[in-house]
Amino acid sequence: MIITKQKEEKEISEMLEPFKKIFIVGCGSCATSCQTGGEDQVAAMKEKLGAKVVGTAVVEEPCDLRLDRRDLKANKDVIKGADAVMVMSCGSGVQTVGEYTNKIVLPALDTLFIGETERLGKFKEMCRACGECVLDETGGICPVTRCAKGIMNGPCGGQVKGKCEVGKYENDCAWVLIWKNLKEQGRLDLFTTFRPPRDNSKRTLTTKIEPG
Amino acid sequence: MSIKRPAYSRLVKELRSGRFVLTGELEPEKVTSLDEIIASARAMKPYVTAANVTDNPLAFAYMNSLVPSYIVQKEVGLETVYQMTIRDRNRLALVSDVLAASYLDIKNILAISGDHTVLGDNRGAQSVYDIDSAQFVYLLHKMVDEGRDIAGNEIHGKMELNVGIAANPNADPLEPEVLKIGRKTKLGADFIQTQTVFDIDIIKTFLKEVEKYNCPVLVGIFPLKSFGIADFFDKNIPGVHVPPDLLEMMKKAKDEPNKERKYQLYDEVNMKFFTPFIKEIKKTTKAAGIHVMAVLYERIFEPLLKETM
Repeated sequence: MIITKQKEEKEISEMLEPFKKIFIVGCGSCATSCQTGGEDQVAAMKEKLGAKVVGTAVVEEPCDLRLDRRDLKANKDVIKGADAVMVMSCGSGVQTVGEYTNKIVLPALDTLFIGETERLGKFKEMCRACGECVLDETGGICPVTRCAKGIMNGPCGGQVKGKCEVGKYENDCAWVLIWKNLKEQGRLDLFTTFRPPRDNSKRTLTTKIEPG
Repeated sequence: MSIKRPAYSRLVKELRSGRFVLTGELEPEKVTSLDEIIASARAMKPYVTAANVTDNPLAFAYMNSLVPSYIVQKEVGLETVYQMTIRDRNRLALVSDVLAASYLDIKNILAISGDHTVLGDNRGAQSVYDIDSAQFVYLLHKMVDEGRDIAGNEIHGKMELNVGIAANPNADPLEPEVLKIGRKTKLGADFIQTQTVFDIDIIKTFLKEVEKYNCPVLVGIFPLKSFGIADFFDKNIPGVHVPPDLLEMMKKAKDEPNKERKYQLYDEVNMKFFTPFIKEIKKTTKAAGIHVMAVLYERIFEPLLKETM
């Protein structure tokens, strides 16, 4: 899931300052689960902004152009008359809504990471979408995401009792977790294997996927 | 695959000769002059085989370490160990700097990751970590032994460099650290310099664990110039703690009002702690030498070595 958090009230009001008529789009998927852009949060935002809001809609997945088309169709004219569309979703949703509506789009949320939901409101970053997954070799722990340095041949010298120097020793050292898992699985040979440098061009070039 | 390259540097020659070797440390800071570094290098020259030149330690933005590495060799005649972190350079910048170092007759490179930028003095900076320190050792192997970079591009001309790696004997758990060192020595490390150790049992255990890799280890010690430094070190260096009784002795020395006497007391405290420590390492372990991180505290070399060497 893509984890988001709502921007501070001050930042939102500064962003809205130049506009008189705002249409709000919520997200029925990730931002609903994060409680940052679902039905309830859209309603609360509408109440907060008062008369400025000319309409609202929650799109099943605002990052899907087809669903924007389907779920915003009924509001086409209202959106047309608005000065800007405030989108309560991740950055991908904001841009896709912009592409569909051709309006000024305003992000109400900050996009944080791709992560796991431990329980309501508690999330953990798990994936950086690097385009070269190695989880089969690293005991199911992602070093790219969960090691602060993203190194492929850890641990570095900054781990103390299995905790990382980055973040005041609150986060687990990914490489100690990798070592523990591989040891438990009887696959320590994978730990000692040297991993050559990654091909970062894959990440740079994977900006689009075409069918077929 | 364990790579054995020729001893290009004086340091590696001495390490391979079996002599107990000492290295020192120079730390260029946020300065525009190298006077202090040169003076410091001159002061330690009689006692050490080579001196490391630190590269933005603790992620503080200091003077580029290549220039003082070169100047110290040229002006002082003391061989240097050019420390290079992969925190601040992608593989292009690494290749560039290694080529430049080779031209400037640098013979040792210590390949390290470097403390993360969030711990430093420019916390909003982007850390690079394009490759990690093991991959950097691999890059150095390709450049020195095969005349190519990682992408396979040919280097025009010969490079004669030895490669050092860092290790943290204080790591807990120790096993992943030891396995990592094994991984790096196979890629072509000529020597190991350790993080500061204050605990004799910790260093003994560590040396035993890495003996199988057959790579000379210089044990890192950090003589404490003042109570302030001891306290900072205790609080800020990952996994390293100054023993409470040593810290207490330093604190007592700090309260001495007479400046001269205070320095004398600091020296006495260091001698009391490090003399038996070094003697024990020399006598009972297979350490190849000591890396003395007495930054701007060169006056301790003479009494310390007189007692221990």
